[in-house]
Amino acid sequence: MKDKRIRVLVAKPGLDGHDRGAKVIAQALRDAGMEVVYTGLHQTIDQILNAAIQEDVDVIGLSILSGAHIPLCEKLMGRMREEDLSDILVVVGGVIPKRDIQKLKGMGIKGVFPGGTPFAEPIRFIRESVK
Amino acid sequence: MGVATYIKNEKGEIGEVILQSGIKVKPVYGPEDLADLDYEKDLGNPGEYPFTRGIHPGMYRIRPWTMRQYSGFGTPYETNERFKFLIAHGQTGLNVAFDLPTQLGLDSDDPLAEGEVGRVGMAVDTLRDFEIAFADIPLDRIGSGLTINAVASITLAMYQATAEGYKFALDKISATPQNDILKEMVGRGNWIFPVEPSIRLIGDTIEYSAKVMPRTNPVSVCGYHIRESGCTPAQEIAYAFEIAMTYIDHVLQRGLDIDEFAPRISFNLDIFGNFFEQVAKFRAARRLWAKLLKEKYKAKNPRSMWLRGLFGGGGGGLTKQQPLNNIVRGAYYALISALSGTQTMALCSYDEAYTIPTPQAAIISLRTMEILLEEMGLRDTVDPLGGSYYIESLTSQMEERITEEMRKVEEIGGMARAVETGYIQREVAKQAYLYEKALQEGKVHKVGVNIYKEDEEEEEVQLHEYNPDAAEVQIKSLKEVRRTRDNRKVVQTLRDLEKAVRRGENVMPSLLESVKAYATMGEMTRVFRDVYGEFKEPSIF
Repeated sequence: MKDKRIRVLVAKPGLDGHDRGAKVIAQALRDAGMEVVYTGLHQTIDQILNAAIQEDVDVIGLSILSGAHIPLCEKLMGRMREEDLSDILVVVGGVIPKRDIQKLKGMGIKGVFPGGTPFAEPIRFIRESVK
Repeated sequence: MGVATYIKNEKGEIGEVILQSGIKVKPVYGPEDLADLDYEKDLGNPGEYPFTRGIHPGMYRIRPWTMRQYSGFGTPYETNERFKFLIAHGQTGLNVAFDLPTQLGLDSDDPLAEGEVGRVGMAVDTLRDFEIAFADIPLDRIGSGLTINAVASITLAMYQATAEGYKFALDKISATPQNDILKEMVGRGNWIFPVEPSIRLIGDTIEYSAKVMPRTNPVSVCGYHIRESGCTPAQEIAYAFEIAMTYIDHVLQRGLDIDEFAPRISFNLDIFGNFFEQVAKFRAARRLWAKLLKEKYKAKNPRSMWLRGLFGGGGGGLTKQQPLNNIVRGAYYALISALSGTQTMALCSYDEAYTIPTPQAAIISLRTMEILLEEMGLRDTVDPLGGSYYIESLTSQMEERITEEMRKVEEIGGMARAVETGYIQREVAKQAYLYEKALQEGKVHKVGVNIYKEDEEEEEVQLHEYNPDAAEVQIKSLKEVRRTRDNRKVVQTLRDLEKAVRRGENVMPSLLESVKAYATMGEMTRVFRDVYGEFKEPSIF
């Protein structure tokens, strides 16, 4: 298992089409040696979960800029519990106000990285969390 | 290429400067740099080919630039109030924002629209919403930018129906739907249909407007969003031109003459980055566009050769840190815009890095542009930087860089192909990554972000509060329209629309009938979706 490269699904849930950030972090994670799959835009939570299962990823990274991070994350985490996928690490980035970070962590989102976070932080966090 | 590079010696003096577009800057420019410049051929007087110095002889002396601020949110009633507020404060053009469901052709009660109704712009379900939003607005004097693309044809039909309803002559109204789908596929992400039929829809609006609403600008080609998505200034212009040429080539195939429609094509371009590179970019773009239209497309009407543009201060240059600095940035962007001969100016407001602009911030943006106009002498003389050793030299080099980027796209087979294969998306994403990396490594300076940082409490991101009550009002109003309209007529007009779509006829006349029958955005979009299918994003990683 040690030599296996970490597989990450970068996902854009909802209708928002701004994916500069998603594409930037995807390249940063790839340069850090991870295998990255990007879902593309306009994804429903179920489409994201299907992609995660099909690609057999270790991590789902949601990029949310629309302000709808709370309902979207609630839905994702609920569906993951139903599907018994809690071994997949979930991290979130995008436009996330500080006051919402605790709320997201309370849902079981392990890492929250608002826009402007240095690449090194999510990279280190993912490496340490995925065993 | 990728990021601006400054190489310093051990004393901290700047040795080498390379602009983001890849141009090396000399410490001093002089007459020798203009040795090859031929005034008549390369610059021309303002209002004369190749329009490097501006498209009108008198420019702002005759007519100041139009000032537009992006607005529109929540319900059509709220949008109407904001329009009237901005017009009362001196704004001379509207720029309408739509919510995401509308931009993606979904009705407000569609399950996929949940949580998004009225969030980032005005919700539009039927003609009724346009009638409310534009009530008591003098549509013969105030032009409207409609920031919508995939379903621009539908909103243009709604605009026409609204104007007709309020008894404005169709040759007086001026709508500027954004209507640039290729840039949505590269940058902004609000696409629905595949590349080819999307281009055809744009062709329909161009052909129709030329005949029915001659003052309408059916397409506003947006380098802006591609630049904001990461590309370099030279790529921004190159990609915008390749997109525009794709639409032009399509319309020419229909048998229209270039001079019948080219004069109404306009551009929406971005300001952010090196001051001089930006000014040179716009001047080079104007010259190159004129040459393309004259030499490649054999246009005869000088208006076809005009690059008419909105040169707007971009949000990508603004920072969440020390946000008041963004007022200063906005003022410089506005100055660049004025020095570059823009027709329309718009600025992102200083608070846009963390919220949807407050009315106060929007007014500061407006006042910034007015101060330039009224106090700083920007109306006095045309193209005040013209003839500058540096600016003219840079303008010529920018033109070369733009041409080079255009050649790369043409080698792939043009913009439609370059977007279908993901070449452009890959290139833009790569540039965005290089820039972000350089920012994090401190190689590109950003005040308040990686230099001159302050231990201030960072401004908290203010999300535009989602108003579920407004969404409910919108859905109620939609249901009311569905209940009270003549449903037989709706079905009939939608059937006619489908026939037109399947036959490949211009869809605008049938769309207008559907709109007037109060068919919904979702109903009309479904007709197109059933025939055209959906765009599949190419995988770029």
